[in-house]
Amino acid sequence: MIQLHDISKRYGSACAVQNVDLDVAPGRTTVLIGPSGCGKSTLLRLMMGLIRPDAGTVRFEGQALTPANAMQLRRKMGYVIQDGGLFPHLTARDNCTLVARYLSWSRDRMEGRLRELVELTHFPSEGLNRYPAQLSGGQRQRVSLMRALMLDPDVLLMDEPLGALDPMIRRNLQEELRSVFRALGKTVVMVTHDLAEAGYFGDAIVLLRRGEIAQAGSLHELLHAPADPFVTQFVNAQRQPLVVSEGTP
Amino acid sequence: MSRLWIVACLLCTPAIAAAAETPSIRVGSKAFTESVVLAEIVAHLAESKGVAVEHIEGLGGTRLLWEALLAGQIDVYPEYTGTLREEIFAGESVDDAEALREALARFDLVMTKPLGFNNTYVIGMKEDLAAERGIRTIRDLRDHPDLILRFSNEFMMRADGWHALARRYHLPHADVRGLEHALAYEALDKGVIHVTDLYATDAKVRKLRLCRLRDDASHFPNYDAVYLYRRELETRTPGLVSAIRSLEGWIDEDRMMDMNVRVELDGWPESRVAAGFLAETRGIDTRSRDPRWFRDVVRYTVEHLHMVVLSLAAAMLVAIPLGVVAANRENLAQPILGLVGIIQTIPSIALLVLLIRPVSYFSDELGFPQAVVALFLYSLLPIVRNTHAGLRGISPQLRESSLALGLPRWVRLWRIELPLASRTILAGVKTAAVINVGFATLGGFIGAGGYGEPIFTGIRLNNYSVILQGAVPAALLALLVQGGFEFVDWLVVPRGLRLKPSG
Repeated sequence: MIQLHDISKRYGSACAVQNVDLDVAPGRTTVLIGPSGCGKSTLLRLMMGLIRPDAGTVRFEGQALTPANAMQLRRKMGYVIQDGGLFPHLTARDNCTLVARYLSWSRDRMEGRLRELVELTHFPSEGLNRYPAQLSGGQRQRVSLMRALMLDPDVLLMDEPLGALDPMIRRNLQEELRSVFRALGKTVVMVTHDLAEAGYFGDAIVLLRRGEIAQAGSLHELLHAPADPFVTQFVNAQRQPLVVSEGTP
Repeated sequence: MSRLWIVACLLCTPAIAAAAETPSIRVGSKAFTESVVLAEIVAHLAESKGVAVEHIEGLGGTRLLWEALLAGQIDVYPEYTGTLREEIFAGESVDDAEALREALARFDLVMTKPLGFNNTYVIGMKEDLAAERGIRTIRDLRDHPDLILRFSNEFMMRADGWHALARRYHLPHADVRGLEHALAYEALDKGVIHVTDLYATDAKVRKLRLCRLRDDASHFPNYDAVYLYRRELETRTPGLVSAIRSLEGWIDEDRMMDMNVRVELDGWPESRVAAGFLAETRGIDTRSRDPRWFRDVVRYTVEHLHMVVLSLAAAMLVAIPLGVVAANRENLAQPILGLVGIIQTIPSIALLVLLIRPVSYFSDELGFPQAVVALFLYSLLPIVRNTHAGLRGISPQLRESSLALGLPRWVRLWRIELPLASRTILAGVKTAAVINVGFATLGGFIGAGGYGEPIFTGIRLNNYSVILQGAVPAALLALLVQGGFEFVDWLVVPRGLRLKPSG
């Protein structure tokens, strides 16, 4: 689905990502995890073409991502960030339909799609006419998800989508989000720093350390066949919450 | 976006309402009574000859009139030979009338013979103070270094002005500075200053009981009053030229002082004084155009609004795109912001004078277009800077979100970035608008009309009620603009940005 081949990216003198090869499998959820500054968000931005690699190529559905086609290809990707990234001057509805209107969708088509999404994300439909400032944090995140799904993209890219929410709401949304992913069967790439969340969502987990992949595999592999001491160290640091999530399928 | 159209339409209305007619000749005058009266005489003569005429009165300074005359924005104005020699042709040998005439011919200008009075500079002070100190001549000032000397700005700069005078008479006074001439009389009367420059035919000499100090060393040259006109007038309106020339030698010092006194002491409009002169001495009957207050205030308001609205609308059309460019091209940001910043530092009056010639290539009108261009230039900085700041201030998350949606550049700009920056941009426009309402009064300096006209006339006539006719509405307008922007804010700033965020 998305292939990164020998990707490197520097910010000034700091190396954000170094010689990364990664193949995101279609129809599955891949979680990028690691300590802050490990390059996981950079990797996500590289996949969207929001930043350009210094070396290496990004392929999306077999096609090399270039500045010329990035805009077109981004419409096949939905992007959700930590605080939702909703435009405060637009209502929830307008946030969702911004691109559809630019693409001259008919009103019926837009409203039909919105109805589907409202149902899928359990967003109260009367909230569509509210502005982001009038919505709760959880509601904003649902709108952000609806916006990302509006064009029915092939891939959903999420950067700490639940990071800004308090634990109770976060827990509920995790469940809902996973059922959405399952219902849609879409390719999902998610960034998190929380191993429990990674294990909860991830079919594949990619653990990064200072711009390089430390280990890629299932949660089980990370726990029981760590590639090096850093993996063990990272896992142990987050061990406590795992008692709960390791048991769940 | 439809609300933007409402704003655009509102902006255009005054522009349509005030379309101007083109007169066939324009008379200019300087910002003092005598010059206005002499120009009014020409205006009345033109009327009697059936020539449509416009009098652009009270222009601030010789340079300005000279430039306007060369650029063809005025056709004729009253001038003094001494001023031409000392100020326009300083350093050239134009000592006799013939040499001066030849120098003027190089510019296709013609000077009449003297009208009959020599309005030379005199140095004046209050009669009682002069008597108390025993001062009769300029030379006597040497023994009174404690007196406060203040001269008109023009006199400070002239070749025969203060510095030459001080050298000639060895005057020891330190800290001698310039002052607006009209204010000097007031200051003299109140005793704030003691000595200033006057004109020989000045009505204030009688009114304020001033004494004119004798110029023993004949420092000041002759200031014979003449009319200066463009040569092409001889073919365009030959009848008017011969009528103007028939005034040569007809106005002596007493008559001129009488006319000045009529205006400044008796409060007659210059137009009536001029009409009276022509009727009395030449038997020419013309209609005097007395000012009518209400009608005038309406006209000032229309002119003032027209200047502000036009310059502001043009500034928005240029400055917002410039701000957008500055925000998106880091290498252009500093040059753009620097340039509009530099424009802001040009003194307003200097800018108005500097603009006369370049603007004359686009418009043969004097005053209004220069004022609009000056106001336009001054409006750029606040709008460019706020547009730049507003766009740069958009959070990186929102910027990235809009990029991630896969929208083209102009859609992102139009639908996301400009609306997000709208509040900051509007604040810049508002700053520019309020500043413009104030700055536009300076248009009175170059005959642009608006509230500046009564303010400058009032200062010239030392008449507070005339000043207030301009100052009060200008202040009210500034408040109105301030309030009006609350409404514009409601129209333009998206509702979502005015909400307080909830949890």
